[in-house]
Amino acid sequence: MPGATITDDLEISSTGGAGGSSSPGPPEGRGGGGGGRGGGDGESQPGAHPRGVSRRIYYTGIWLALAAILMFFMSLVSAYIVRKSSADWRAVVLPRVLWLNTAVLLLSSWALEASHRAWQREDAKAFRGWWAAATGLGVMFLAGQWVAWRELAAAGVYLATNPSSSFFYLLTAAHGLHLVGGLAALLYVLSRDWLRLRASGGVAAEVAGIYWHFMDGLWVFLLLVLTLGR
Amino acid sequence: MGAHAGAGHVHAPPQGFLWKYIFSKDHKVIGIQYYLLALVAVFTGMALSVLMRIHLVWPTVKLPFFSGDPTPEQYLALMTMHGTIMVFMVLTTAPQSGFGNYFLPIQIGAADMAFPTLNMMSFWTTFISFVCLIAAFFVEGGAPISGWTAYSPLSTLGSISGPGEGLGQTMWVISIAFFCAASLMGAINFITTVIDLRARGLTMMRLPLTVWAWFITAILSLLAFGVLLSAGILMLLDRLAGTSFFIPGGLVVSGVVQSQHTGGSPLLWQHLFWFFGHPEVYIAIVPGMGVASHTLSLFARKPVFGYRAMVYAMSAIGILGFMVWGHHMFVSGMSPYTGFAFSLMTMAIGVPSAIKTFNWLGTLWGGQIRFTSAMLYAVGFVTLFVSGGLSGLFLAQPSVDLYLHNTYFVPAHFHLVMGVAAIFGMFTATYLWFPKATGRKLNETLGKLHFWITLPGTYAIFMPMHYLGLAGAPRRYADATAVQFLPPLQPIQHFISIAAFVTIAAQLLFLINLIWSLKFGEKAETNPWEATTLEWTIPSPPPFDNFAGHEPSVYRGPYEYGLPGYKEDYLPQSVEPGKLVTEAGD
Repeated sequence: MPGATITDDLEISSTGGAGGSSSPGPPEGRGGGGGGRGGGDGESQPGAHPRGVSRRIYYTGIWLALAAILMFFMSLVSAYIVRKSSADWRAVVLPRVLWLNTAVLLLSSWALEASHRAWQREDAKAFRGWWAAATGLGVMFLAGQWVAWRELAAAGVYLATNPSSSFFYLLTAAHGLHLVGGLAALLYVLSRDWLRLRASGGVAAEVAGIYWHFMDGLWVFLLLVLTLGR
Repeated sequence: MGAHAGAGHVHAPPQGFLWKYIFSKDHKVIGIQYYLLALVAVFTGMALSVLMRIHLVWPTVKLPFFSGDPTPEQYLALMTMHGTIMVFMVLTTAPQSGFGNYFLPIQIGAADMAFPTLNMMSFWTTFISFVCLIAAFFVEGGAPISGWTAYSPLSTLGSISGPGEGLGQTMWVISIAFFCAASLMGAINFITTVIDLRARGLTMMRLPLTVWAWFITAILSLLAFGVLLSAGILMLLDRLAGTSFFIPGGLVVSGVVQSQHTGGSPLLWQHLFWFFGHPEVYIAIVPGMGVASHTLSLFARKPVFGYRAMVYAMSAIGILGFMVWGHHMFVSGMSPYTGFAFSLMTMAIGVPSAIKTFNWLGTLWGGQIRFTSAMLYAVGFVTLFVSGGLSGLFLAQPSVDLYLHNTYFVPAHFHLVMGVAAIFGMFTATYLWFPKATGRKLNETLGKLHFWITLPGTYAIFMPMHYLGLAGAPRRYADATAVQFLPPLQPIQHFISIAAFVTIAAQLLFLINLIWSLKFGEKAETNPWEATTLEWTIPSPPPFDNFAGHEPSVYRGPYEYGLPGYKEDYLPQSVEPGKLVTEAGD
């Protein structure tokens, strides 16, 4: 999903924005909000929608999307807590590979941070290398989750076996699907030309990074729910 | 996928019918697409209510589209589809996604929404959802019978619990899931657009109240629809994958023990559903509040009374809206203490609602009122919101609700306060903005005729329903003649049915007006209503990129009407202070 909103034509939008009019005088008003843009925006540059504004929509957009995703998962977790109190709950024995998977996903986030540092020192090669590593580790995590599913299935624990197993499959699948979207975003950035990425100020890379780190944190939270909340 | 960044940069208009009108990324086209979808849906929903009203008073008359003698299940299928179509496809689409898409970017001086591609996807996902819902009529077993709230276990056990509970209910859940996804995409777009794409000088406290309303509604959508989506997925798994999230163990349905399920909680569905469901009623009504405030000020030629109070009241209604879902569940056997808490929070909503009503009246007080059709509908909105809202205070008491909950009192309440009031909001918006969107005004005579049938008609339908409820007539009963204590109330049901037929027939006037005025309506110039906000500074209909590449600047609030000392009685938001013409000299 976040991949879908990264534009091809950021370069165009960042240069074509300036309308001709000069900055207006202090707007008259009833004392609300001060001059120019409302407070809290941080920057207040003259000129119509400068580069910063058209880039900012992607950061706003991704955080809003994450808020909605958080509500989705919190809703599932609250259902988990309610359902857990019923007499037929038999806690699933979690496959051990989950801990390995978690380590892999955390490493992936770390690689993405290394990539971010490479970006800041304008080291194209290291940036791509670390980015590719983060992507690869992401794929490994998903493969590991698949292994966990196979282990459970081999032990005769299926989706409808018990409410506990239902929630295990559901939470891991929902998280996995969101991660697939994140992988698409990571691959998109990987496929972009370094110069084009630089020209757009790295919006695509940063937005994909925010999403990816969030998915990591979300997984740790879900794992805590699944282990401590058994 | 190339989403054009929003305002400020000139993008070339798309070529060819398909890209211009079908898969368009232009917020104006998408707004009209949503509006037309809602128009189709609202006439479908009304047709279903006609069938229901026929069945209630002539229970033996065969219903069209249904085979065989009329059954209670057929009535329930009509009721379910009426509710679902009206709440989701009409009340959630047109006020927010329809008018919001068209006018929010223009009112804040932007060239488009923040994410035009996402906007297009949002509409087409809604369209798929609508098709999926209507298709439920045509699958084996027909449409679902569990109501728009789809309470478990009726909705989760499959075809054993009734016709329509097989594939029909599954289609229903899938449709709702698509709708949730579409609404989330729309909400992200709306909020981002308001936060990041406002014109220079357009501070939050200078936004038209319409924009505030769409902004708050979008926040409600963002936080509510994810919850419904998760609940829908749990329901789908219960129906298709044999899980037991909502299905308790040991149920006996039609003599068969449902042994494959254990321990699920039907109340869990109710909690998840109403955690979405209560904000949903504000998603339906808040845009109406915005456009009513906007219109009252415009045609009373006075500033909105208490602009800031209006903003805070809408915000308070939005926040409180997330804390009152339990008042839909007073009869579920909840603890009296919990019921008390929910009851208290619910009555607290009366405070911001009263502030809004007081301010609407304050806006009208001493104004130089121009009774256009839009103004009539805005005033009508206020009356419906008040008369529907007052019965909410009855229902907010758990002990009163125990008696009234399953009676006609509840449909009477919510049809007035969120159903017809929101529809009146849409009428207001249509009469107000039709000239901007099409370049022609709607016919005022037809509009007033339409209003003077619709307003009394609405009260004739729903006021007697309160009496039915107080007399104990249960809702959802298909045939009142089948039980002993109801036949004495049948004359009231007859009256309601006749009132409904007349009122619904009057809506054809509106449809005729829309179509006729599109071709023959009086031509509208740029600013036919002498209004202040930005949409009235650009041609009617607006060009592809709204402001032709130029970004307007805003110098003042949106409701500067009737100020002394100036030649005109209104000060447009975008006219520089030095260029205003005063009475003294020009």
